[in-house]
Amino acid sequence: VRIESALPPLALAIPLIGAALLAGLSSLLHERRLIRFGAMAVAIGVAGLCIGMMVATAVGPTIHWFGGWSPRPPSSLCHQSACAVGIDFAVDPVGAAMASLAAVLVIAALLFSWRYFEAAGSMYYVLMLTFLAGMVGFALTGDLFDMFVFFEVMGVSAYALTGYRVEEKGPVQGALNFAVTNSVGAYLILMGIGVLYARTGALNLLQIGQALGAHPDGAVVAAWALVMSGFLVKASIVPFHFWLADAHAAAPTPACVLFSGVMVELGLYAVARIHWTVFAPVFGAQASAVHGVLLGFGVVTALLGAVMCFAQHHLKRLLAYSTVSHAGVFLCGIALLTPLGLGAVGVYILAHGLVKGALFIGAGILVHRFEHVDEEDLVRRGKQARMRVEAALFVIGALALAGLPPFLTYLGKGLLEDAALEQGLPWLIAVVVVASALTGGAWLRVTGRIFLGIDDAPPKDRASREAGREEETGREDRTPRTMLGPMTALLGVACAAGLLPQLLSQAQLAAAKVFNTQAYAAVVLRGAPAGSIHPLQRLAPTDPTLFHAGTGAAAAAGALLVATAAWRNRSGPRALVAMTGLVAAAMRPLRRGHSGDLRDYIAWLVLGVGVLGGVVAVVAR
Amino acid sequence: VSLAYAVAAWLLLVGIAGMVTSRHLVHLILCLVVVQSSTYVLLLSVGYRTGAHAPIQVNISSSAPQVDPVVQALVLTDVVVEATVTALLLSFAVQAHKRFGTLDPHRLRALEG
Repeated sequence: VRIESALPPLALAIPLIGAALLAGLSSLLHERRLIRFGAMAVAIGVAGLCIGMMVATAVGPTIHWFGGWSPRPPSSLCHQSACAVGIDFAVDPVGAAMASLAAVLVIAALLFSWRYFEAAGSMYYVLMLTFLAGMVGFALTGDLFDMFVFFEVMGVSAYALTGYRVEEKGPVQGALNFAVTNSVGAYLILMGIGVLYARTGALNLLQIGQALGAHPDGAVVAAWALVMSGFLVKASIVPFHFWLADAHAAAPTPACVLFSGVMVELGLYAVARIHWTVFAPVFGAQASAVHGVLLGFGVVTALLGAVMCFAQHHLKRLLAYSTVSHAGVFLCGIALLTPLGLGAVGVYILAHGLVKGALFIGAGILVHRFEHVDEEDLVRRGKQARMRVEAALFVIGALALAGLPPFLTYLGKGLLEDAALEQGLPWLIAVVVVASALTGGAWLRVTGRIFLGIDDAPPKDRASREAGREEETGREDRTPRTMLGPMTALLGVACAAGLLPQLLSQAQLAAAKVFNTQAYAAVVLRGAPAGSIHPLQRLAPTDPTLFHAGTGAAAAAGALLVATAAWRNRSGPRALVAMTGLVAAAMRPLRRGHSGDLRDYIAWLVLGVGVLGGVVAVVAR
Repeated sequence: VSLAYAVAAWLLLVGIAGMVTSRHLVHLILCLVVVQSSTYVLLLSVGYRTGAHAPIQVNISSSAPQVDPVVQALVLTDVVVEATVTALLLSFAVQAHKRFGTLDPHRLRALEG
């Protein structure tokens, strides 16, 4: 047994054991600091392991078969060339990178909680660790049913975190909407798994892919639609996205860092991974049908999310819809079905996770200082409190979200645009730039109104705000270092990574290896040497170009433009004022559609499943 | 077996219909349990073989046909998941009743837009 193959199970076991120890010892540990240090030590350990795996798997995947149940030769029960009876962790750089992102964001969230959550009980830390364990297991496993189990492990931890402040109304409703919608998604996945198992007698991702054959019939399309819809619920793709804003508005801010930064993206990771390892061989010639459907869902999500983002005043809802919009962009990249597209999405997800984590910490700083999370209640408060460092970080964060070079976001976006051009879809660049400009612009608008005092609201509004002030009591008149630190660090890492262009070729190479499912299956199922997976086609050049920097800068400029339009929507030119009125009127039915009513969400979800399955069934025929 | 598949599909649809039209959170959560039950029926019927024994290896010659033990393990895991999720959801329903004074999902109005 090589030492590398012991790492993946450790990365799962350490947070689970840590969580159990903290839960068991919490009544003995009166000093809360010990619990915090314990949780932090576990998260740092997991991050180290995952980053180590990312480096170790650059050559080829690391495989671990639990209990030594490695694949057996063919027998009377199984006629394939190799039968995976056991359960494996199959770690490649893509999965290890997702797990590393999760661990790094948990570290940032725990650091932020240090002062934010003085009253947090030990169970908060236990839930954060089980959440981490679920995400790590989900990213590393090579077994379809295990993916469902880890989906539920991270799901239940996340539902409980959302409802953590259960004495308030919002968290109770947010947690209910989140939990019920995601549970329906999970059961759709399980139905799909049942269909696939009935068909192939296999649960290992690669083995199902090998056993499905080459002709997609009704059962295969149904299984595809069920499994994909379930993971698209987690990925908050329209029309499965309704729960996301409710969960983010209600959950404690450190939990939001994880929800937006990595949990949603893990849903997309599952969509990509399962599509390639399980369904790509069987769809074969009909791949274009799948491509078109996923692209359609991605474009609608990117644009609707961006528009809803700009319409929000609740800071955490605003960031949540920004995540919806980015998830749509990521789905577009996945839908291109090329190594370049998948590599681009990988880089973009890392970049987005770091920047969005930083922005949520920013929202948390405002909640901590002013106990308000609504833009209207916060106007000029940051300026009055002379929060210069915070203002700078907010501006940088907004521009980084829009994709200003040298932040890593611009490289992810640039590579995605290259991939779109490669497939002859130049209009996709416009979608990406508009989505980035609107989401970055929304945060810039907020920053300007709160920290720079740019606001043309009539004084009457302000007076009514002052009247409501007595109930608010700023808890501190300085932002603690444990809050500014992680925000600065996340943005710093995003900037530093943007200066490493070799990341792009690495990402594309890792994605291209995933595409070679035959060689991958030989390594996992038949014990071929890990280094034997090679890309199937010549890889496109990925050096950063002026074009990448140009579209990034264009999106950042667009963000500034829409933010300026929003700042001057009352006192600006008459045409602008009239236009904002029209836009607001057009937005009203859209906002009313996001009703907060759980039953509407389920109805939309069912409609989404129908469209996804129906269109593919018709087109693939 | 195809009857079992039809039952599974029916449970899925009727459960979702119940959720969409529910006027009571506890009813809605139990409809979710119905949706999940459809996965039990589906998985167990996938592994069913006519005239086969339970997959217990004691005192049975290994050549006798057995139903598929894998799906039974899956269903067992599924039951654990259901117990966890349902308990959590019902506890949220209790809290919703305390905070909102109602269990009608239409009248929970803390989040909109």
